[in-house]
Amino acid sequence: MTNLGGSRLTRHKLLLDVQNLCTHFRTEEGILRAVDRVSFQVHRGETLGIVGESGCGKSVTAKSIMQIVPKPKGSIVGGKILYHREDEIIDIATLHYQSQQMRELRGNEISMIFQEPMTSLNPVYTIGDQIMEAIQLHQKLDKKAAREKTIEVLGKVGIPSPQDRVDRYPHEFSGGMRQRAMIAMALSCNPRLLIADEPTTALDVTVEAQIINLMQDLQTEMGMSIIMITHDLGVIAGIADRVLVMYAGWVVETGTTEEIFYHPQHPYTRALLQSIPKIGSNARLESIRGSVPDLNNLAQGWCYFAPRCSAAMDICVEKEPPIFSREDGHTVKCWLCQEEEASA
Amino acid sequence: MMNFIIRRLLYAVPMLVLVSFLSFVIINLPPGDYLTTMRQQLQSQAGLTPEEAREITERMAARYGLDRPFMVQYWEWVKGIVTRGDFGYSFQHNRPVSEVIWQRLAWTLIIATTCHVISVGIGVVVGIFSATHKYSFLDNFFTVLAFLGVSVPNFFVALVIMYYLAFHVKTHVGGLFSPQYVLAPWSWAKFVDFLKHFWVPIFVVGLAGTAQNMRVMRGNLLDVLNSQYVETARAKGLPERTVIYKHAVRNAIQPIIMYMGMAMPFLIQGEVIASIVLNLPTIGPMFHHALINQDMYLAGSFLMMIAVVLILGNLLADILLAWMDPRVRYE
Repeated sequence: MTNLGGSRLTRHKLLLDVQNLCTHFRTEEGILRAVDRVSFQVHRGETLGIVGESGCGKSVTAKSIMQIVPKPKGSIVGGKILYHREDEIIDIATLHYQSQQMRELRGNEISMIFQEPMTSLNPVYTIGDQIMEAIQLHQKLDKKAAREKTIEVLGKVGIPSPQDRVDRYPHEFSGGMRQRAMIAMALSCNPRLLIADEPTTALDVTVEAQIINLMQDLQTEMGMSIIMITHDLGVIAGIADRVLVMYAGWVVETGTTEEIFYHPQHPYTRALLQSIPKIGSNARLESIRGSVPDLNNLAQGWCYFAPRCSAAMDICVEKEPPIFSREDGHTVKCWLCQEEEASA
Repeated sequence: MMNFIIRRLLYAVPMLVLVSFLSFVIINLPPGDYLTTMRQQLQSQAGLTPEEAREITERMAARYGLDRPFMVQYWEWVKGIVTRGDFGYSFQHNRPVSEVIWQRLAWTLIIATTCHVISVGIGVVVGIFSATHKYSFLDNFFTVLAFLGVSVPNFFVALVIMYYLAFHVKTHVGGLFSPQYVLAPWSWAKFVDFLKHFWVPIFVVGLAGTAQNMRVMRGNLLDVLNSQYVETARAKGLPERTVIYKHAVRNAIQPIIMYMGMAMPFLIQGEVIASIVLNLPTIGPMFHHALINQDMYLAGSFLMMIAVVLILGNLLADILLAWMDPRVRYE
């Protein structure tokens, strides 16, 4: 268990406690460990950012929490996803994806928005129908009340003249408007946790800023927690309280946003930060050499980042690094930390 | 929506005119006509002299307007169809075309429609099952069945079934009725006899369509099940049944509806050989004979009927599609 000695974080109650989550995919080439012993916590009202390159397991982690990992290939094979209610704790990992309890959580207490606003709404139903569907399902409202609630929530996410837009089809909306509609759908049942899987990746930069601001405003208003998944460190810096850095299915570093940005410990995190372009700098942009390893049948017992790491040592290819805890809940999965501890 | 239907109906009118003209042109394309055949028959079989034969055929030509210019003939033909429902005269049958074709057309439409409804029904249901149980034993079984259904020619299937029925079950095969019922008035016994014959052409003609619909539905549904909006629907907490039937199938079924517009002529064309083998009273065999004998008004009328069915089928499919998919309406 990671120790959260942080100043403001302990004041919040725990909402989600993920422990050693393992989600595997059975593929033709063997077993793919998409999520490998991932642990993290989300507190009430907090925003957790998950960063990493494509294919590092960010989305699968999110889908595991929702129990919407593509079946039958993917499945949660180990670990716990403890969801804290006021009076009870539910382990989502043990629930069947079709069970009544899971369906009551999904889309109601935990909801999700996706990367592709252009394709995440069903083209043959109106925006209103699709939002009302969730409201009617979870809140047991009649059609008229659900429609009023839909118009209200559409207005809340900044869609102009929502009473007209409610009857429009997705293809009549722009990308930004569709993402607002998706947010409206996700927030329609007042979730306690919102998972946003790269919600702004497909949008223009100006629209991106609007959507991020909207999410922050709504978070303040509704008091929900957010898990923000992105590969854009700029977005994370602006919105997250704590950050989880993932690489090849592992959590390689966690910490408060300040710690991660100002005192990164893991060579991968440092490399990620160096690959952000800076305005006014003429220095050549650093890239991380090599690419993410193929997760199919990846041999265990070493550090997957070692081949790309500028600080790699002999031990890195011989033994898997354990997780080293630093102050303020900062954890690092790297042998370099042992060196430092030994020399200190 | 109403706007779309009206617009679509108006498009159909010039199409029908064009189609009728093309049918007439195509029928007139081969050298010679029915009278050439008739003149030869009068000389060789009735023993008339060439002069007598020519006199008779020239009288017929004058009577039916065959000596007039092409455009005039076409105009007279279309005028007859529109004003009197008169499709011209079948020289081969010595009766007006309209008297000859309706019964055949009715049987054809009954067989084709039944085949179509069954092939869509079974194809869609099996396709949904296959897609939601991908690579299961039954999915693989249906896949093999579908490939067989698509690749085995239907007249061959007809022959196999007829052989089996005639030599193993020892019942009457071919046609739609046993001989004793052909001219009998409708009765329960005749209806039962009819059903005993009717399933053979339905099976034979419908097999390929069913197989195709199965494959199309399976493939489309698998595509749609991978789409983001299906995941959105799941993320809402909807039961899997609602996700599949309300969100996925509704989008996956569109190509099947589009195909419905083309299915009728395809079925009619597909049943020609099967109908000859099975001795069915449909338009297929009659169309075939009319073409061989250059019975121009009969052949032309059939050609046009098929084209009209195609246009109407497409019209219906378009309207259905627009009703199902809002994106189509605004194009």
